[in-house]
Amino acid sequence: MATVPKLDVLICGGASCISNHSHDIKDKIFEELKKNGIEDEVRVIETGCMGPCELGPVMLVYPDKVFYQRLKPSDIETIVSDHFVKGRPVEEKVLVSETTRAIIEKGQQDTDFFKKQTKVVLSNCGRIDPENIEEYISENGYAALGSVLTSSTPDEVVETIKKSGLRGRGGGGFPTGRKWEFVKNTTNDQKYVVCNADEGDPGAFMDRSVLEGDPHCIIEGMSIAAYTVGANKGYVYIRAEYPLAIKRLEHAIEEAREYGFLGENIFETDFSFDLEIRIGAGAFVCGEETALIASIEGERGNPRPRPPFPAISGLWGKPTLLNNVETYANIRHIILKGWEWYASIGTETSKGTKVFALSGKIKNTGLIEVPMGTTLRELIFDIGGGVPDGKKFKAVQLGGPSGGCVPEEYLDTPIDYETLIELGAMMGSGGVIVMDEDTCMVNTARFFLDFTKSESCGKCVPCRVGLVQLHALLDKIVKGNGELEDLDKLEKLCYSVKKTSLCGLGQTAPNPVLSTLRYFKDEYLEHIQDHRCRAKVCTNLVTYTIVEDACRSCGICAKNCPVDCISGEKGVPYVINQDICISCGTCYDVCPFDAITTES
Amino acid sequence: MRIDTVLKKYEAKEENLLYILHEIQDGSDNNSLNKKDLEEVAAYVGVPLSRVNGVVSFYSMFSSRPRGKYIIRLCQSPPCFIKGSVNVYEKIKQQLKISEDETTDDGLFTLEFSSCLGVCGLAPAMMINDDVYGNLTEERVVEILNNYRNLED
Repeated sequence: MATVPKLDVLICGGASCISNHSHDIKDKIFEELKKNGIEDEVRVIETGCMGPCELGPVMLVYPDKVFYQRLKPSDIETIVSDHFVKGRPVEEKVLVSETTRAIIEKGQQDTDFFKKQTKVVLSNCGRIDPENIEEYISENGYAALGSVLTSSTPDEVVETIKKSGLRGRGGGGFPTGRKWEFVKNTTNDQKYVVCNADEGDPGAFMDRSVLEGDPHCIIEGMSIAAYTVGANKGYVYIRAEYPLAIKRLEHAIEEAREYGFLGENIFETDFSFDLEIRIGAGAFVCGEETALIASIEGERGNPRPRPPFPAISGLWGKPTLLNNVETYANIRHIILKGWEWYASIGTETSKGTKVFALSGKIKNTGLIEVPMGTTLRELIFDIGGGVPDGKKFKAVQLGGPSGGCVPEEYLDTPIDYETLIELGAMMGSGGVIVMDEDTCMVNTARFFLDFTKSESCGKCVPCRVGLVQLHALLDKIVKGNGELEDLDKLEKLCYSVKKTSLCGLGQTAPNPVLSTLRYFKDEYLEHIQDHRCRAKVCTNLVTYTIVEDACRSCGICAKNCPVDCISGEKGVPYVINQDICISCGTCYDVCPFDAITTES
Repeated sequence: MRIDTVLKKYEAKEENLLYILHEIQDGSDNNSLNKKDLEEVAAYVGVPLSRVNGVVSFYSMFSSRPRGKYIIRLCQSPPCFIKGSVNVYEKIKQQLKISEDETTDDGLFTLEFSSCLGVCGLAPAMMINDDVYGNLTEERVVEILNNYRNLED
């Protein structure tokens, strides 16, 4: 008889931890288990993203819920011999409380990072093996589909989703129930459901993590949607930059077919549904729904004018329901726990939870989920741990290239779809990029325009030409050649591009400029009038020099300079060649004697 | 891999175009699509060559120019930018003596800019073929590139 494992060891297999060599950790654990002869007593499971990417690679050991962080293969020998064999957790690798330095014994629940979170969409991520359908089923997986197919009419499902208040998580926030109703009420012998997993927004990685960590919940959500609107075929459009997500979803689809959750007569009803993956090839605009449809059809991802909306005429001219990954991931929870429960979370207009991806100048980068209505301050300072290295917070960028930057004064605003739009930002897909005093807002606006300008498909003039002109104006200011009248030009042009562009890309691309002009106009003025960049980022406005008296000729600056523009020798102060210097600031950071000064 | 083996796997439908192009490119010696391949694909799928060319030129991951064995995709998204991807770029440039969209003389590396790779928690990041590397520093870049070079020796 096989022994029942005494310990469950969950190793994070999200893309971030894998890139931090979590597979080496796993291999090493197997090796050590064998050496100690306890292979049968420990079950090792590779999960999806656990959230705290900053601490990776991470590992959670059940039943004592010990959370290991920043593991190296060399730590494993001791962990296996001391903890797995003798039951004594290896303290120096365990997550400890920041204030008391005490070991967090119960694991995740007691740390600041996890305490303020409410996990609905991410409830399975990092807890189950995404490549084993049985684990999903044991978490009530496919129970929602079963219950819908056997005891609800499509109208009842629409009603439930409408009452739950769920809104599209791709960024626009259109009420999901109403969208389903449109497609359901359109008569056609062929309809499609499509999942938008072309997560192109910079700084957003929740869709990737859900697909990697809990792929079956997307299959289940889409199946329920297909039953409701009357579709028998679905497509998941994933960007090619996410090979692991593609692999895990492919595997999940095969398993679901094997178990009869996809295919003919699901749950012995008349409902038949099958799912295929379509892969992108690197084009941001394909996240726009009409461009995405064109791309699935095998064409250039050019957007089409709306109306007709995809609900009427989408994929191959047929009625098509298009939702985002996170939207589908919510469905099974609403069905299982009821719309009343879902509608009780969140604010007046925005219900449920939202997954956010924290990145940039923030201590705890990673993936988190909070109820709608949580304030930005809680998000960034309580959960995110604030700005590292004692730097000062400057702004938070929300909504990617379609969003905007919000300054400190507005951090106490509860987050929902409406409040963010009022602030000049938007929910977007949930990317939260924190910027500190070292970030130049004008340069940031230029950076976003550089991105949208090159991602514009070129079909309509306002976007194709307008974004190039906006970028040129910003470039002029960043380089110190701006004139006061450029600010008016910028603003006017922003509004024309917004009003006249064909699709969402052009209509929202000026937002980063408008929001920085609104909250950080003084920085624009400084660049233009004083030729000064207070963050010391804009190369043309900053010079780095070595103070002769302070330089001890150690050569560390020269060794670290990425463009080799610093020269010198022992006993003589080093010198920066200003013609080659790119003002990257590396020398400033590495100098042990603070001998390098900046001027702007 | 021979191109007919790839074509045989897919139905002759335009909707399979992206899959077919991905697979031919991945199986090619120089990570790219040549004119002859594209002509065959167009004939197989039953669309004009111009349509296939249109698709290849639209998507940034397809290339009709020969590329290196390892494609470095340096993430250009704001989190990476804020965390110093510019310095990483300079270091790669210095190490490989190539700029954006160029290939090293030995045909080993091609350097490209990529949109967000979705590992913002570990910014700055890059991908080399299908492998993701995060928390990049100038030292780590040198180490990673050397690992790939050593694979060839």
